[in-house]
Amino acid sequence: MAKVEKEIIAGSIKQKSSFGDRVTNFKNKAVKDFKRNKLIYLMISPVVLYYIIFQYGPMYGLQIAFKDYSPALGFHGSPWVGFEHFKDFFNSFYFGRLLKNTILLSFYSLIFAFPAGIILALLLNEVRGRVFKRTVQTVTYMPHFVSLVVIVGILYDFTARDGVINYILVSLFGIEPIAFMRESEWFRTLYIGSDIWQNVGWSSIIFLAAMSGIDPSLYEAAKMDGAGRFKQMIHVTLPGIMPTVVILLILLIGKFMTVGDEKILLMYNPTTYDTADVIGTYVYRKGILESDFSYSAAVGLFKAIIAFTLLVIANGIARKAGDTKLW
Amino acid sequence: MKKTLGERLFDYGNILFLVLLSIVTLYPLLYILIASVSDPAYVAQARGIMLLPKNFTLDAYNMVFKNPMIITSYLNTLFYVVVGTTLNIVLTSLGAYALSRKNVLWKNFIMFMIVFTMFFEGGLIPLYLLVSELNMIDTRWALILPTAVSAFNLIIMRTAFQGIPDSLEESARIDGANDFTILFKIILPLSLPVVAVMVLFYGVYHWNSWFHAMIFLQNRELFPVQLILREILIANDTSSMTTGVSAVDAMPIGETVKYATIVVATLPILCLYPFLQKYFVKGVMIGGIKG
Repeated sequence: MAKVEKEIIAGSIKQKSSFGDRVTNFKNKAVKDFKRNKLIYLMISPVVLYYIIFQYGPMYGLQIAFKDYSPALGFHGSPWVGFEHFKDFFNSFYFGRLLKNTILLSFYSLIFAFPAGIILALLLNEVRGRVFKRTVQTVTYMPHFVSLVVIVGILYDFTARDGVINYILVSLFGIEPIAFMRESEWFRTLYIGSDIWQNVGWSSIIFLAAMSGIDPSLYEAAKMDGAGRFKQMIHVTLPGIMPTVVILLILLIGKFMTVGDEKILLMYNPTTYDTADVIGTYVYRKGILESDFSYSAAVGLFKAIIAFTLLVIANGIARKAGDTKLW
Repeated sequence: MKKTLGERLFDYGNILFLVLLSIVTLYPLLYILIASVSDPAYVAQARGIMLLPKNFTLDAYNMVFKNPMIITSYLNTLFYVVVGTTLNIVLTSLGAYALSRKNVLWKNFIMFMIVFTMFFEGGLIPLYLLVSELNMIDTRWALILPTAVSAFNLIIMRTAFQGIPDSLEESARIDGANDFTILFKIILPLSLPVVAVMVLFYGVYHWNSWFHAMIFLQNRELFPVQLILREILIANDTSSMTTGVSAVDAMPIGETVKYATIVVATLPILCLYPFLQKYFVKGVMIGGIKG
């Protein structure tokens, strides 16, 4: 008797979670939720609308990468061409050069610009005078707030044949003045160098914040063990900011394909395309200047897919290696 | 505690390095300021090395403020900054509030939808076509609507709102307050530091942005000041600035006017950020890590 009862109960529970019931359940929950949170949904509706139109709209528009889009025929009227544009891009003379330039610029900023922020933070962390520290911080944050147009304008000015950098080089080493902005072999150095100059202070903020969160007792313990300041830096401070470093590294790898397109557009010219032209600037020239919409959308989609894949891989590795991850 | 010799040497080296870094950072900006108030003929000879103004003059600024193109673009920039940032702040705080509530069924789905756009986006060309489909090419909307919300800033603000104790809100709710009242009367006044940082981040973005203006605008009457600066600095076209000056004088005067325009277009922001410094350290921290 008891057994039968149990089976009936078990059966009714099973029945309760059948698909149809789950739908009604969810409907009831949704209706109740909507009644309770009417104002919340009203508040978020403009944000959702923005994301649908201006973020998911372009994603929907990416279909033109597989079409032969012409404005006259419109999004839906244009004929499908499959992977035609991708093939064209992979077989073009530009493909290898763009990929190489994009990857090299990202790689150099990864090994030069990224550690620069960490090093500055470590050095600032060792400064005892509060006023001095704050002054250095305020000064090094400053260029971050200056527009790229002005930064690149200053770069043109200072690296000109009659500019201050040539003046110093010529008077110190007696070399011929160099037209830096017109020499393709100088482009990467100028790009990374000016990037560090502009952002090293700003990128140190996040590491300094992470350092201030380190438990002071760890330093006390290290001191008891006879660790000097340098050893404390290596064994307490660095491990303490590691989670921050890993997360920023993941984010950076996710942006690996998106180098500073806007800055390059301001800096490059046909004589430096050799090293300066990257996928983003090529998309701009093909798409906006030459109105080759479908082809350039395909190139842009290629970039976005690679970037997304890299992000997923980097996150996976970080997840395996430790407990720091984005998701 | 007594310092070892090595530690003392490190301290001196460290301070020396940081002083040098500060000088290298500051000098180019200071040079522009100095050159903009100096005698144009002297600036042309100085070859980038000037520590004090020579023959102090405000002529360059006079020319900047008489130039109709610069005035128009400056006013345009103010418009984009004020209207754009206001819209940014309103939408971001509404969104951040809604997403910081508990017991909202669709919250995680909406959050995912927003965060996803940080890692994958349609890109430049589809956005350009969308803006032209919406007939916004050559309108001010093109510089305001496509950047109405930043996911990164939304996350910073949401994290700040989540840190406010529930008890404050509950007692207001008992007094009959609805969500709008709670947001505007309780949450926002308690979050002024983060709001200030958001104003700074969004405001600086609008102030300094030029790329969307370049691709979406053709009508020069709508250009922001950065786009005019680009013509002067990058394309090296100072013709619009030296009207009414003889050709011989035009070159050096053009140079100092160039510097004066940079100062006018940059100084307002550089005067603002030190006041918010202690807040944005926190803002960057919570948004960047816990987001």
